[in-house]
Amino acid sequence: MSSVPIPPADQKSGSQGAIRIDDVVKIYDPDGAAVMAVDHCSLDIAAGEICMIVGPSGCGKTTLLNAIAGFHSITSGRIFLDGELLCGPDKPLADPGSDRIVVFQNGALFPWKTNLDNVAFGPLMKGKLGKNEIYEKARGMMADAGLSGAENNYPGEVSSGLRRRVEIVRALMNSPKVLLFDEPYRALDSLTKSVMHEALLEIYYKNKVTIFFITHDLEEAIFLGHRLVIMTTRPCRPKKLLEVDIPHPRDYGVLTSKRFRELMEETSAVVHEEAKKSFAAGEKEG
Amino acid sequence: MSGIERIRKKIFSRSGLRAAVALLAFVVLWEIGSRSKQWLGITLPWVGKIPAPSTVLAVWAGLLGDVGYWQSWLMSLFRVLAGFSAAMLIGIPLGLLMAVSRTFHGITFPSLELLRPIPPLAWVPISIIFWPTQELSIAFVTFLGAFFTVVINVVGGARSIDSRYFQAAQAMGASQWDIFRRVVLPATLPSIVVGSSVGMGITWEVVVAAEMISGGGGSSASGGGLGFFIWNSYVGGSYEQIVVGMISIGIAGYACSEVLRRVGGYLTPWLQKR
Repeated sequence: MSSVPIPPADQKSGSQGAIRIDDVVKIYDPDGAAVMAVDHCSLDIAAGEICMIVGPSGCGKTTLLNAIAGFHSITSGRIFLDGELLCGPDKPLADPGSDRIVVFQNGALFPWKTNLDNVAFGPLMKGKLGKNEIYEKARGMMADAGLSGAENNYPGEVSSGLRRRVEIVRALMNSPKVLLFDEPYRALDSLTKSVMHEALLEIYYKNKVTIFFITHDLEEAIFLGHRLVIMTTRPCRPKKLLEVDIPHPRDYGVLTSKRFRELMEETSAVVHEEAKKSFAAGEKEG
Repeated sequence: MSGIERIRKKIFSRSGLRAAVALLAFVVLWEIGSRSKQWLGITLPWVGKIPAPSTVLAVWAGLLGDVGYWQSWLMSLFRVLAGFSAAMLIGIPLGLLMAVSRTFHGITFPSLELLRPIPPLAWVPISIIFWPTQELSIAFVTFLGAFFTVVINVVGGARSIDSRYFQAAQAMGASQWDIFRRVVLPATLPSIVVGSSVGMGITWEVVVAAEMISGGGGSSASGGGLGFFIWNSYVGGSYEQIVVGMISIGIAGYACSEVLRRVGGYLTPWLQKR
């Protein structure tokens, strides 16, 4: 399964964040009826890779993300970050940490804090830097992301696209090794989405972190990713891996390129098949 | 824009004008209704027995210089503030504790749910027996009026905080105390504001009724609060004063709500600028 070699953990920042998912199983057992969400899933993600996890809604992708983030336990298997065990047989729940920050589907900016205070939150909690230093850095990062005008606004006052960007900047302020995206652009219209994609890549080119990005949008996946991992529907397991051989940096011109169309064709049948299975399963459940 | 200009704009705005016209029409109809016997020769039902606004105003003007009338205001206001503050001081921490600790919630919730449906006024006799002074029993009943509303709102608000906020804060290295202070508290604040403004309304209802029932606690009519002021006016046969007392309570209640709205708005700026 591993197609990309894992660099050693002691490399300098910017090339950290290799994730190894080793034979992970997650069984939910809420009321005696065991439901398998993740089925013997193994996957290697290289440091600095944009890995797009593609699968139908509710296929168990988010379960995997929650396991990496330390929000939910795993039933068996292991997950490593840069060779260090996050969770395994003796420790089913990883400790949440600022090396792995989640950008949530509905956003998790604190509505009661201004955008600037949100961005400064992580470093303030850690207390390693002085307040002035932190705010200076926060302003700088926001300016870099084109968010200077929104510093003193509350998240509720700005557009949803802007909110997502603030959230990514907030995440980056923690100098994470991995950014975990849980379908962050799902609710956005396609025009805003395209702007967000370019903005995300722009941020990525400046801060080479590993990106674990969950989506069910194939176009989004191919446009952003180094690699696609197409998942089977519940229980979730990698079904097809695909290297996207379109060189970075990319811009929206890529969407109309011949290679992009070819990759879309190559993958859409696989994705469609899983979507149909998921739909049928959903109908049965309902 | 200067202050005066802003006020002028507010008064002469469409909605301000509409409110003024409606109020004026109400008073005029009331005046006509009250004087129906004198002007139309027939006594209209209900409204015909109510003193006319002009006479109420005249009596009110006479009361403005009366120390006893203002003492009634102060007494009621004092009781409301005492009961309300106690409800906030005990209710908010209790509610937060119930929301944070499952065990504590399990212990306290059943008793609270059992006591909550009992109307505060049903507590009047037992609190007169229980508390050494009448003043304390009125304050206690007033406290109960706001207490349950505050607790229920705080618990509900704190328990409905989206887990994303906790997860995000935790991942960014926030300690348990940080999460309580920077996530639970601000996220619950809007519910606290709602609970307190509803509670404040109930407090005014309760204090007036308690003053009527208990005789106001003061030795004279002047020390008995607005509730007792109304009751005393009724016993004394001054119907104009009854109406003055009622309108006074309306004004006092409105002023308290307005103050709370302002404070609430100040505390939750992120909800104001939308």
